[in-house]
Amino acid sequence: MNMEMVKLTIDKKEVEVPEGTTIYKAARKAGIEIPVLCYMDLGDLNIEHKPGGCRICVVEVEGRRNLAPSCSTEVYEGMKVHTHTIRVLNARQTVMELLLSDHPKDCLICPKSGNCDLQELAIKMGVREIHNQDIAEVSTYRTDFSPAIIRDMNKCIMCRRCETMCNELQTVGALSAINRGFMSVVAPAFEMDLEDSVCTYCGQCVAVCPTGALTEVDHTHRLIRDLSNPAKTVIVQTAPAVRAALGEEFGLPPGTLVTGKMVAALRRLGFKYVFDTDFSADLTIMEEGTELLDRLTKHLRGDKSVRLPILTSCCPGWVNFFEAQFTDMLDIPSTARSPQQMFGAIAKTYFADKIRVKRDNLIVVSIMPCLAKKYECTRDEFKVDGNPDVDYSISTRELAHLIKKANIEFNTLPDEDFDLPLGESTGAGVIFGATGGVIEAAIRTAYELYTNKKLPRIDFHELRGMDGIREAVIDFDGLSINIGIAHGLGNARKLLEDIRNGKNHYHAIEIMACPGGCIGGGGQPLHHGNFGILKKRMEAIYREDATKSIRKSHENPYIIKLYEEFLGKPMSERSHKLLHTHYVDKSKKIIYI
Amino acid sequence: MTDFKIHLLVCGGTNCRSSRSSILAEQLRAEIKNQGLDDYAQVVTTGCFGYCENGPVIKVIPDNTIYTQVRPEDAEEIVTNHIVKGRKVNRLLYKDPRTDKIIVDAREMETYKKQIRIALRNCGVIDPESIDEYIAKDGYTALGKVLTTMSPEEVIQIIKRSGLRGRGGAGFLTGLKWELTRQTPGKEKYVVCNADEGDPGAFMDRSILEGDPHSIIEAMAINGYCTGASQGLVYIRAEYPLAIDRLRKAIHQAQEYGMLGADIFSTGFDFDISLRFGAGAFVCGEETALIHSMEGGRGEPTMKPPFPSVKGFLGKPTNVNNVETFANVPAIINKGTEWFRSIGTEKSKGTKVFALAGKVNNVGLIEVPMGITLREVIFEIGGGIKNDKKFKGVQIGGPSGGCLTEKHLDVPIDYESLVDAGAMMGSGGMIIMDEDDCMVDVAKFFLDFTVDESCGKCTPCRIGNKRLHELLINITKGNGKEEDIERLINLGNVIKDTSLCMLGQSAPNPVLSILENFIEEYEAHIRDKKCPAGVCKDLMKYEIVAENCVGCTACARACPVGAITGERKEVHYIDQSLCIKCGACMDRCKFNAVIIN
Amino acid sequence: MAKITNLEDLRKIRQKMQPETISGHTGKDAAKLIRIKVAMATCSIASGSRETLNYIVDELDKRNLEATVTQTGCMGYCYAEPTIEVTLPDREPVLFGYVDVKKADEIIEKYVKGGMLVDGIIPVNYKRIDE
Repeated sequence: MNMEMVKLTIDKKEVEVPEGTTIYKAARKAGIEIPVLCYMDLGDLNIEHKPGGCRICVVEVEGRRNLAPSCSTEVYEGMKVHTHTIRVLNARQTVMELLLSDHPKDCLICPKSGNCDLQELAIKMGVREIHNQDIAEVSTYRTDFSPAIIRDMNKCIMCRRCETMCNELQTVGALSAINRGFMSVVAPAFEMDLEDSVCTYCGQCVAVCPTGALTEVDHTHRLIRDLSNPAKTVIVQTAPAVRAALGEEFGLPPGTLVTGKMVAALRRLGFKYVFDTDFSADLTIMEEGTELLDRLTKHLRGDKSVRLPILTSCCPGWVNFFEAQFTDMLDIPSTARSPQQMFGAIAKTYFADKIRVKRDNLIVVSIMPCLAKKYECTRDEFKVDGNPDVDYSISTRELAHLIKKANIEFNTLPDEDFDLPLGESTGAGVIFGATGGVIEAAIRTAYELYTNKKLPRIDFHELRGMDGIREAVIDFDGLSINIGIAHGLGNARKLLEDIRNGKNHYHAIEIMACPGGCIGGGGQPLHHGNFGILKKRMEAIYREDATKSIRKSHENPYIIKLYEEFLGKPMSERSHKLLHTHYVDKSKKIIYI
Repeated sequence: MTDFKIHLLVCGGTNCRSSRSSILAEQLRAEIKNQGLDDYAQVVTTGCFGYCENGPVIKVIPDNTIYTQVRPEDAEEIVTNHIVKGRKVNRLLYKDPRTDKIIVDAREMETYKKQIRIALRNCGVIDPESIDEYIAKDGYTALGKVLTTMSPEEVIQIIKRSGLRGRGGAGFLTGLKWELTRQTPGKEKYVVCNADEGDPGAFMDRSILEGDPHSIIEAMAINGYCTGASQGLVYIRAEYPLAIDRLRKAIHQAQEYGMLGADIFSTGFDFDISLRFGAGAFVCGEETALIHSMEGGRGEPTMKPPFPSVKGFLGKPTNVNNVETFANVPAIINKGTEWFRSIGTEKSKGTKVFALAGKVNNVGLIEVPMGITLREVIFEIGGGIKNDKKFKGVQIGGPSGGCLTEKHLDVPIDYESLVDAGAMMGSGGMIIMDEDDCMVDVAKFFLDFTVDESCGKCTPCRIGNKRLHELLINITKGNGKEEDIERLINLGNVIKDTSLCMLGQSAPNPVLSILENFIEEYEAHIRDKKCPAGVCKDLMKYEIVAENCVGCTACARACPVGAITGERKEVHYIDQSLCIKCGACMDRCKFNAVIIN
Repeated sequence: MAKITNLEDLRKIRQKMQPETISGHTGKDAAKLIRIKVAMATCSIASGSRETLNYIVDELDKRNLEATVTQTGCMGYCYAEPTIEVTLPDREPVLFGYVDVKKADEIIEKYVKGGMLVDGIIPVNYKRIDE
């Protein structure tokens, strides 16, 4: 594209930027930082959220009647911008004071304290007085508790970032601004509970909320209680993506693998057994891979009762999405449970028997990069006599808090290994954490099971990467298997609509609700839309895969043993009971307008 | 059939009445009777002629003579000379102060009329439900002329040269907007008529749509031809059922006549119009908010640029004009730019419709040439202040405008002068206030409206205006502090400086302009805890004057909250902490013992 | 209705409607026709113009008076609603304000029947652009 360059001055500094650049970006180029609040640049996702709502970033432009929001005002030739005149500073200070006048001031007990954009800005601007607070009405709303996300809209500052994530990126459409004027707030339609809405609990809204308005349901207090109860045996599973991001909470560079330190920290926190969700990821591959081959063979034989493509089902946000919005396609996704739930089901049967602990006394906790997992483990399908297979799930961020709270010096911990038997995993289990990983793991196993030949290569680079929708053709010894991959629910919607309209002919599709897959999950350390961080996490995941001695799920010795001792074979009756599920049409439950 | 040969129409407008016009009418009647002319001449009183400065005014029919500044003493001379002898009374004829020319025929008085009806040309003249009547008044000739003889560029040049500016608010040059939309490449473009009239007390757009819907259809089609759009949309508030009904009928008739649809005037030009309904949110008058609302989204504004002319409805180039702007277009095409430019001032051409409301005698819909003064509008067309009260202020431009005062009465009404004076043209609400109005209360009233109508998107408007409003409430309750004035000014200015759209940017205008012009009223509320106009209830106190109270107990019995105590035949007492200031005691007291302090 | 396809078609309709807009399609002699217009904008209707309109139509019929009655838009005199305009043959149109049923009766009886003006006339205080 032929871009005209525009020259302007900002604070008397000359800058040259392409036409169409905003003042804010031009200033950054000139090394001038203008404070912003509602603004959010998710460059790699092609989303620049600049509603121009907060008015913190206003600057003075010579010849202009009023102040200009730098985030959304484009530069022009000869423009003269001043970012810190008295007029600007007074306006910014007043706007900040207005925001604070309608915001609770209980920072000391807010879950976002120390990690809050509003707080940070207030500190920077040094607001010391709020005029007439005594006569100021404060907008208050009922707090909305869902199984995964808490909405405390008293803390909402109407930055609308959550709306952008929910509607533009994820196309879920659960959140939008309602009411008018002073009582404007972001909420599900008619201010219904999040639980009754189309929300998938993907948590992308929580990940970008600048204040404590959207937070995850915190289970750490419950965990501490259980850990201190001698009658309970508390065990833990950790999802693959956690180890690639947890270190960031302790100041380590993105992409640092902290698997060993994480295991050590969990042991010090008091978990009796520290296991790995990667193990059950291998198990998922056994079940899902077998199901894929079963459907594929039937399809090739011309059996009209099976539908292709098969869709992966390990992402609970994605499951919630199609259960609410693609109810005509409930028979396409694999019936295999997610690794979290497979782990719980095996832990509370096979493993509980092994260590002779009664189901009720075994507490299974999961550490997940995800908020939807909190909801997933509460589903009735995953309970036996009311006792859940996984008792509760805590996020990567919550785990970091807990480690800090327990005064554990994370960075100096020794590297320790997972416990056996549910801690042994293959490289295939690890790559579940990144987009494309599940389908790659499935192919590694399905290829060998289908062709009875050894894989000529293990790394399928064509399946990896950050593009929102990817496709590849994998040669199964003469049979071409068409693979589709989508991450981010907006991309998933595109793929699903194409399937619905008969536009594409994939055999198998992997879908992850969050951008980048689990490494970009709603429960991960905040990445502020910086795909650089996600790419580093992704590299870490593939690095761990590469260093594993076993890299195919069906070669995991403990998986083989599990089938021998307990399950029989994939898709067996017991497997079906413990490792598979069914999907519910939630469109009826959800109140539509 | 009694057919009077001569009628004497005597102005009975308030201004003329106060100049003894009723006595004049009586004198004339008596004189006619005296001279035995009962069956020959008749005196009839009328409404305001609109020449109040020259009142009382008499018009004689059928010879169309106008007498001005007539005193009761002149009755005899008029009857004797004019009626009996057929000789006009020269000294009472209107003399043009500029040329000293004496005006003999009332039809020549036309020139001295303050109002010119361009946008309202057919309102109250034709049957709005008859396309034939519209055509009889040159309807659709502009469209025909444009389509068959002119290029879009030529038409745009005409509109540009005419100097027509948007009548909905800021006064953007209409032709320039059309040109921008034309120049933006795109196969699909839209013409939108903004009929989301939301100012309190403003109803000019509704009146045009109800009185002359075809003029809007014709103008939109012309605009479609100029910009390259084939689809027109009218965004109209659902609270205007009659306007919607008439517009629908008009669209239907225009379609039947081929004035809308395919191949209009056999020129290959296709254009059609459909309606979109708004829920009457004030902010949807802002064009980007209007477009979002039409698209089914939340009615809230977004940053401009991009302007709708570049990226509008469904992301396509969209030309948005308001009703009154469109209504001017066919007249300009038919009568030419020179004619249009001859009306108004250098920078503001043509006329503006105002809804005159408040404490003025002739409330109504008026259309005046740009450049007319507030004095002429209020005291001549409006017939002055009701009940001979003293004029205090006029709110121009609705809640977004400003409040002007006595000292602004000679400000010419045009876009720039109004802004310089601290108000704005806005969509054309004009509310007149008199000595009984409390200006702090007025500021509170307008702010109350904008606080309600804020969309809530940007901080200064959402929270700032709310805080401003709270400060005003506090002041009218008597709890204001000295520093509140400075706070009002700073907060008001920051809101103006930082709000996203014109709603927020202009919301503090009434507060600030009233602060500037009526600072003493604010001070009275804050320092003396008094409301000079006696409007703010919290600053009023009902008290019983001991000397007048006879202890009849009537007030105590009337008090709905039991705030009045006192024994029979003893002086009563009002407990101020209980009093709700309903005034029932005062109404009931026969001894003038209850007073307001 | 036939479509208008050129300026000539438009001119024909305009001519049909001239010189007297209202009498044109009634086929009556314009010179002898009494015409009454009633302002029927939202505010007029709210002030009772519909009652006035109905009353005038009924009464003209009852009193055997030949006249056309049509509705029109806002005349601008909000303070004097309902407003009507009466045009007698060979006379200037006259505007009356505050025309409730009682006033309408007076206007029909005195002015329409007898040409006697009655109180309540509103002088037209604006310039027209088409005259």
